[in-house]
Amino acid sequence: MGIDVKAPVGRVTKTPALVDQMKAGLDAPICLTWELTYACNLACVHCLSSSGRRDPRELTTEECLGVVDQLRDLQVFYVNIGGGEPMLRRDFEDIVEYATTHQVGVKFSTNGTYLDAAAARRFAAMDYLDIQISIDGATPDVNDAVRGEGSFAAAVTAMENLAEADFGPFKISLVVTRHNVSQLDQYLGLADRYGAQLRVTRLRPAGRGADTWHELHPTQAQQRDLYHWLMDRPHVLTGDSFFHLSAFGEALPGLNLCGAGRVVCLIDPVGDVYACPFVIHDEFRAGSVRDDGGFAEVWKRSELFRSLREPSSPGACASCGSYDACQGGCMAAKFFVGLELDDPDPECVKGHAEPLLTAVVPGAAPVPSPDHTRPGAVQVALGATRRG
Amino acid sequence: MDALTGGALTGAWELHPSVSLRPEPFGALAYHFGNRRLTFLRHPDVVSVVRALADHPTVDAALGACEVDERRWPSFHRALATLAASEMIRPRTSAGDDEPVQEAC
Repeated sequence: MGIDVKAPVGRVTKTPALVDQMKAGLDAPICLTWELTYACNLACVHCLSSSGRRDPRELTTEECLGVVDQLRDLQVFYVNIGGGEPMLRRDFEDIVEYATTHQVGVKFSTNGTYLDAAAARRFAAMDYLDIQISIDGATPDVNDAVRGEGSFAAAVTAMENLAEADFGPFKISLVVTRHNVSQLDQYLGLADRYGAQLRVTRLRPAGRGADTWHELHPTQAQQRDLYHWLMDRPHVLTGDSFFHLSAFGEALPGLNLCGAGRVVCLIDPVGDVYACPFVIHDEFRAGSVRDDGGFAEVWKRSELFRSLREPSSPGACASCGSYDACQGGCMAAKFFVGLELDDPDPECVKGHAEPLLTAVVPGAAPVPSPDHTRPGAVQVALGATRRG
Repeated sequence: MDALTGGALTGAWELHPSVSLRPEPFGALAYHFGNRRLTFLRHPDVVSVVRALADHPTVDAALGACEVDERRWPSFHRALATLAASEMIRPRTSAGDDEPVQEAC
């Protein structure tokens, strides 16, 4: 969910009272995802926000700086900026600089295309800034099949520029698919080569990913291998996104709960506030930073967020002994494959979702909104990788 | 660091200047802008003591000033040692003498 908690005081995972406090919602998010634009030069087949074209209603520079002021007042410690490709905004560096000099730390995700040597030097001079380069495979063939021709090379050039500028440790981020899961060790080697920190996150059936999830998500056997790989490497960051895998046994490091509307949320490029980055759909829209009272009012008083902070029912998972470990999994993953929110996670490691998935009527699953895919954007042929 | 050996911290301490404390119903969240660590302070009394450290010559003096029952001091000592290990609090030295905890090596 975007928070990388490694060593909190007080053994969070073993302290029900604190986890309950988290579930009931904090006074402000710990961190939040802020997508600055729907514009993107790439057309990744699993893009959570169906990005491509800029939305004409996107927040102006002044509005963005106003959002930073609001976050500072709420003591939101840092934001995860993404998109789209955030570096496509002409005011991108101004927004980043304003945030990092106003007690709001920034981590931004980029595909690296525009991170040239000069930009790397400017970023290296800023404090409280983390950079995360997205690469979805350890080799060009596997990465480019998902992210597009030439995207691996662009990301590597960006990494070289950061290293050359002496930026310090940056992050590289991988969305785990059934085609790249076998490359995790190789990928770790790539990170080590640049002194980068590795972050791996879960593929969600959101945005364009709703169309490709069925052929991209890891198999059950791969999920088991992934669980053990992560357990053996607690230094690899996950943003708590694989908590459904905790049903395999001992809990993975982290809070192991769905933070949507409780400790995290999303602000999209037009200022709409959603429960998390993986549910861009009207049903999970809590309000807008443009509403009276701004972000704080949405966070504190939206009906949606208040309902997400109510105790949730285990639903169909009530009779399963693993519910305490996996919490029924990810709400967003269920929603866009057409399951009920109290059904098991579509990737339930016990296989409890499989009969339910088969029963979903074709075309009945909710359609992600809105779609900013560029007309004629080249969609990459997934069949190009012969690993499935 | 001698101050970190043994159970209780010795000497004078203070909240690290790069740490921001945000009150929450359970206590506070502490975020270190330098090392990016997030920590949960799980009781409002811990928050009061952490804030009081800068005004007292020792940890125990701060505990006393915050009227923490002496029977609870061992658990506070442990919590403060954990906070020291993650650099959320730091030994207080003479003015301007910042310890190079992050980048010197």
